[in-house]
Amino acid sequence: MNPTAQAILHFLLTWWVEIVCGVVIVAVLPLVAGYVVLVERKLMADMQARLGPMRVGPHGLLQPIADAVKLLIKEDIVPRDADGLIFWFAPVISMVAAMTSMGALAFGPTFQVARDINIGILFVVGVSSLGFLGIILGGWASNSHYSIIGAIRSTAQLVSYETAGGLAIVSALLLSGTLKIRAIVDAQYDHHVWFGFLAPVAFFTYLVASIAETNRAPFDLPEAESELVAGYMTEYSGFRWALYFLGEYANMIVVGSVATTLFLGGWLRPFPSVHWLDKPLGVLPALLIGGVGVYSIYRAGKQPVPIQTWFMWAVALACFAVAGIFAAPWVFAPLKFIIPGLNGAFWFLLKVGAYIYVFMWLRFTLPRYRFDQLMHLGWYILIPLAIVNVFAVGVALLLESEFGWNRWLALIVTTAFTLAIALFLVRLHDKRTTAGSSATAATTDSYAG
Amino acid sequence: MADTVQDNATQQNGTLLGADELVLNMGPQHPSTHGVLRVKLKLDGERVRGTECVIGYLHRGVEKIAENRSYQQFAPYVDRMDYVAAVSNGLGYCEAVEKLLNVEAPPRAKVIRTILTELQRIASHLIWLGTHALDIGALTPLFYCFREREEILKIFEKYCGARLTTHAFRIGGLQYESYDSFEKDVERFCKDFERHIQEYVDLLTGNSIWIGRTRNVGVLNAADCIAIGASGPILRASGVKWDLRKAQPYAAYDQYKFEIPTGTNGDTYDRYMVRMEEMRQSRLICLQAIENIPEGPILGKVGKVLKPPAGEIYHSIEAPKGILGYYIVSDGGTQPYRVRIRPPSFVNLQALDKMTRGHLVADVVAIIGTLDIVLGEVDR
Repeated sequence: MNPTAQAILHFLLTWWVEIVCGVVIVAVLPLVAGYVVLVERKLMADMQARLGPMRVGPHGLLQPIADAVKLLIKEDIVPRDADGLIFWFAPVISMVAAMTSMGALAFGPTFQVARDINIGILFVVGVSSLGFLGIILGGWASNSHYSIIGAIRSTAQLVSYETAGGLAIVSALLLSGTLKIRAIVDAQYDHHVWFGFLAPVAFFTYLVASIAETNRAPFDLPEAESELVAGYMTEYSGFRWALYFLGEYANMIVVGSVATTLFLGGWLRPFPSVHWLDKPLGVLPALLIGGVGVYSIYRAGKQPVPIQTWFMWAVALACFAVAGIFAAPWVFAPLKFIIPGLNGAFWFLLKVGAYIYVFMWLRFTLPRYRFDQLMHLGWYILIPLAIVNVFAVGVALLLESEFGWNRWLALIVTTAFTLAIALFLVRLHDKRTTAGSSATAATTDSYAG
Repeated sequence: MADTVQDNATQQNGTLLGADELVLNMGPQHPSTHGVLRVKLKLDGERVRGTECVIGYLHRGVEKIAENRSYQQFAPYVDRMDYVAAVSNGLGYCEAVEKLLNVEAPPRAKVIRTILTELQRIASHLIWLGTHALDIGALTPLFYCFREREEILKIFEKYCGARLTTHAFRIGGLQYESYDSFEKDVERFCKDFERHIQEYVDLLTGNSIWIGRTRNVGVLNAADCIAIGASGPILRASGVKWDLRKAQPYAAYDQYKFEIPTGTNGDTYDRYMVRMEEMRQSRLICLQAIENIPEGPILGKVGKVLKPPAGEIYHSIEAPKGILGYYIVSDGGTQPYRVRIRPPSFVNLQALDKMTRGHLVADVVAIIGTLDIVLGEVDR
């Protein structure tokens, strides 16, 4: 065997888990992102008194695939004066960053995506924020005013909200004492409570910051449709555009996973240490998935076209198959060892789904912030709040360990202190904005005539 | 405020159009210019230093067409000006020609005209609300607004067969008798609408982001409004209580009780509140009108061929977007010698530059939305 082949073989043998994971992420993530989009459109339709996609497949279930095919075969336009290489490369950065950061996530006690590295959370946060580089470069390379304004906005937004989000993560890390993802979840098991309850202010800060980081409404200024057409994506079409889109939705899954891991107990079920709930909550996943299957059969009879009926039956069968896997260990005792892994993944994905649902719900409900308002919210309220909260959580931990306070008492006192600060900041902010807007009005007047 | 300080500095140096200026071309294809308006924005960063409107992309020469059509033939053309308020356009034109002919529509026709026009006002304001909210980033109100507008369009469809460009009225009265369940349909809409308008209020009125995006944005005081000639909700939001329905009653408006809502600051939020209240008042007018629709003929005594005496007439009505005026010159023939239309959107749009200076790009779309322009009417 020649040395090159040996080197390659050695490389493959050392890294085969990571390589397989990479292939799986690249293969599965687009599909997942596509269906997240479908769910979003369906939810939006439901809240807006309409039906949403209904044409492609029953209830539009094949819509993501149709969209993907359309995007792949669409003409790929590069503006004449665009910086070709960067224009080509920018969406790739955006998506690769989002996909790479998924590598360190864990979806359950046995479902580690690639490897449980010792700087887990730091790696995820760091790599996923590289995605902004793609946005900035794409906006710049497009050589379009809309794109460059979108890119500038996203830079400012990144700096402001990544700071707040990072500080919120620090609060949770103080409680867990580790950056390792599995250890963070284990710490929540040991504490008998999710960190979201121990550090509610940090959770809220992270929620807001993560919405801003993923460019979702009401913080979707970099691509604000009604102002900047599509912001940094204005000049992109077809597959490149799809890469950006994929990156955005992958990022949503990433921040949802980070929030779930840090604040919502990861793959722990509700009340993880109350043991009489083991059985009822243990069979719940199987029952829920089976219920979806039953509902699909019920709907199958109501489809207008035979092919849609068959499709619904197929969905039902798939649900029953999955439910069967979840139920098998309860029937067949030797398989009991797969329960924690399966149910863990179920709870984790359920929590991520709930987190993303909040994102979507806010998007349908709220108007968009203006750029200056976004900056004010970030710098005058969220960042100070996050800093104060880091100190508050630290003080609470000190009170507990050094002075023997009850943990809950310490946390309630410090959280109350943080909330008081928050109230003060909001007051201050309100005063400042009223002053600010009257100044704007004065400027307007002085230009008149 | 750092940027305000910078503003003043820029102003003192007189470098309004400095080297760092960025010209952003907004439209004619842009999601928030409500059609084919093109705005050239001169930007300093994101702050607007000046705007220049380029209009005419939808110019069809409506006024010239009028000179080559008989009076009846021209009536459908006015529907295509403000196409989201076709009934109001038709009312203004028919009344203007009636004034020229010196005939009057029968009382029954007048009341039905009033009901349809007020429904059209609600429909027009619903489009404004939905698109304005969409411009500011709220996606959902648009669909709620269209849901209610659909009910109004269904009433139009049942009445005259058309939904958008209705051509609902004829010179001298109405061509169609109202259908059997007309009153019931209008009443049901009005009853439901009270609940629906509360939904919009819940979504927007108290929302702090909405308030932040609209309050003190695009302020236009009463003197400026009058100087520019702005009318309708824009004028009333600046505190001027001027509504032609009260000031120079036409159709059957003198028979009904309604309030004219006014604002105080003349900002986008006030215009929002004024229009919301106008929808409620229109609903009340409809409810009053359906209670007592007089019996009788629906068409006055007008001949098949209209030959108004030579002369000129100006008639204006309070369209949903402001004062809509028709100036018609007759030379005694079957076709108008000249028709000049005073569209509210065109005049209101002139305030754009004044309202946007010093604001940010995001405010420009909010201000275009609050002006409630329809390009079919601006360009004619």
